[in-house]
Amino acid sequence: MSRPPARSPRGELIVVCALLAAGAFSVAFVLLYAFDANTQLLAVSLGLAVGALALAGVVAGKWVVDQRKAVEARPRLVDEALEREVAGTIVQGAEGVSRRRLIVGAAAAAGAGVTAAAVAPLASLGPGDVSAQLKATPWRAGVTLVDDNGDPIGVDQLEVGSWLTAFPRGGDPRQLGASIVVVQVAEEYLDLPPERRDWAPRGIMAFSKICTHAGCAVALFRYPTYEPTSQRPALVCPCHYSTFDVGRSSKVVFGPAGRPLPQLPLRIEPDGTLVAAGDLSGAIGPAWWGVRRS
Amino acid sequence: MTRLVRRRRRPARSGEERLTDSARLVDERLGASPLLKAAMKYLFPDHWSFLLGEIALYSFLVLVATGIFLTFFFEPSTAPTIYDGSYTPLVGAQVSEAYASTVDISFDVPAGLLMRQAHHWAALVFVVAIVLHLMRVFFTGAFRKPRDINWLIGVTLVTCALIEGFLGYSLPDDLLSGMGLAIAYGVALSIPAIGGQLAVLLWDGSFPGSADFIGRMYIVHVLLLPVTIAVLITAHLAIIVRQKHSQFPGPGRREDNVIGTPMWPAYALRALGMMLATAALLFLLGGLVQINPIWQYGPYQPYLGTNGAQPDWYMGWLIGALRLMPGFDVTVGDYTLIPNPFWGGVLFPTVVFGVLYAWPAIERRIAKDYRRHDLLDRPRDAPLRTAFGAAFFTWIAVIFVAGAADRLLVDIGFPYESQVWYFRVLAIALPIPIFFLVRRICRELRASEVRPLRAWTGTLVRRRPDGSFEELGDGSGTSPDSPRRAPGRRA
Repeated sequence: MSRPPARSPRGELIVVCALLAAGAFSVAFVLLYAFDANTQLLAVSLGLAVGALALAGVVAGKWVVDQRKAVEARPRLVDEALEREVAGTIVQGAEGVSRRRLIVGAAAAAGAGVTAAAVAPLASLGPGDVSAQLKATPWRAGVTLVDDNGDPIGVDQLEVGSWLTAFPRGGDPRQLGASIVVVQVAEEYLDLPPERRDWAPRGIMAFSKICTHAGCAVALFRYPTYEPTSQRPALVCPCHYSTFDVGRSSKVVFGPAGRPLPQLPLRIEPDGTLVAAGDLSGAIGPAWWGVRRS
Repeated sequence: MTRLVRRRRRPARSGEERLTDSARLVDERLGASPLLKAAMKYLFPDHWSFLLGEIALYSFLVLVATGIFLTFFFEPSTAPTIYDGSYTPLVGAQVSEAYASTVDISFDVPAGLLMRQAHHWAALVFVVAIVLHLMRVFFTGAFRKPRDINWLIGVTLVTCALIEGFLGYSLPDDLLSGMGLAIAYGVALSIPAIGGQLAVLLWDGSFPGSADFIGRMYIVHVLLLPVTIAVLITAHLAIIVRQKHSQFPGPGRREDNVIGTPMWPAYALRALGMMLATAALLFLLGGLVQINPIWQYGPYQPYLGTNGAQPDWYMGWLIGALRLMPGFDVTVGDYTLIPNPFWGGVLFPTVVFGVLYAWPAIERRIAKDYRRHDLLDRPRDAPLRTAFGAAFFTWIAVIFVAGAADRLLVDIGFPYESQVWYFRVLAIALPIPIFFLVRRICRELRASEVRPLRAWTGTLVRRRPDGSFEELGDGSGTSPDSPRRAPGRRA
């Protein structure tokens, strides 16, 4: 440890060069910035400037200055006498006070009361019954389906195996309960429960577009292309691949979703536009404590 | 006469004298010299793995600097606006202020894209460095008393960094951030009993929330969490200084001493170099390697989604858990009680962080070791801990990789459904053989004489001209560094 530091003329030279380079690159950065250069040139000049400074620091720290190590004692953290003294001082402070336990008890009661008083106003942030908000959807019987330009959707825009996203006329498309997926499948795939038989005119069905697992948009539609090996038509959520068999009222056939997508009964107006024939069949979006499953 | 005296040149004063005068100016007001003296003499034991925490610290500094730049231009609002900047494909599109201002930062603010991308890269490197540092501390037993308190602070820092990063990439209101927030909303809703209330409270309504929501995320992202992280880092470092650094065993190194490089001058220069190197790398990445190109993703609408969307890497383990969890809800009759996202999104991270928080206490119980430890273990020195850690991190790593299952499907066509089954089996089956394998390796290494990380502890000899040997001593205790370079160290 008493070895004197070895001089390093070469290290010193590198440090000087690196410092000069850092200065030059910094000036280059300022000039490039002033002349509105592209991001890549800015990054290279700034990166090289800072990098050259880094080189100077490391070379100076590792080769130029004294490299000798040192030893020191580690501090003792525990001092028993001092601990006793602290405890004693605390106890001393309470000497001469009678009814200490009563005072402590009263202080505890006061603390609890004050805490409750301080926390209570937080409830003004809080929502009351939230399930109405969570279930809110603009779909009612008679609401016309429109596309993202607000134009009504006609049956002629669909063919077997096709799909599109629709919104309620006059509704806010950003509302979670607003967007629906409309699909048309061949009649052979329809396997609906009796009460939903007339919800799918010409095999056209509509479901909430919001996945019942975690709220992503169900943005993938799988339709059989080669009958013998293909799987049944299904909507798939791209987030965690919950897969909903549309012909079976969007029963979950794969993935983590716990409920089917709520279905919107449809009817076709005489002019060919699609209109909701009722409310959505269940609560839209991800599930929460106490929500109905169907 | 006075003029003559005044004009007489003072004797040349050395640099040391002038510095002494400066120190006097400070001391007369603050008495800071004792502190400065202690700081300059503070010793840093050398080991490459001690740099991981430093890299995290320096990334945080870059995050703060670039983040302040971004706050001057970012608009935390969902108010609709018509984009009219210089990115032509979007001109005329109705987007939110948040989205438009982020695209403006990228295309119209000079050096804006450099700062924005450097900020994003720094966030990724920040979490990488923290996680590697956590593993280093785990596998070397640096979390044992008296550093258990710093371990708790460190694990808290990991949680803060994850939330901070998630909020950061959720702010621009692009398609990717919106999909991430939708999942976060689903996870919040899934919390038993209070989920619905909590989600509506956080989002100020049902998803996608009120116009205030981005403002809420913003204040947490730029004030509450950065200040929390800064305070925790300060406590983390103050505790280290109080206890002094731990060190690996080696010649002369004992539980009751520290051998290392003093702060001044060598370590300060090296640390400065390390900080600048980190910054240089982050700026090079920020300007040369594209990240989060939100103008390609487009603005978010709740009815939009895309296949193969991936979050920042540190969310991968949670995405993986959501993917792998079988479709199982706790239900009563026709009612859902605990929906599926709870398992992967809440229970899984709770278990992981619970194990991390509790590990120092668990190991104390198992090993019945309540002593203070300032010398580090090599991983093999504690086979049970190392084997458990390897199994535990393997478990998380498999689930993390499963988070990329959609990319494996989109990029190489690996069927998603079979992937999920493979990963489920691996997540359960792989940690067990890993545990026994690693424990065995540790025991074998410990039993053998191969100790590559520990300095040589034999006897130095020199051959005399007549062929006989002369002993030069065992090298221990004389100098902490000379025996490390002794020839035949690995013999």
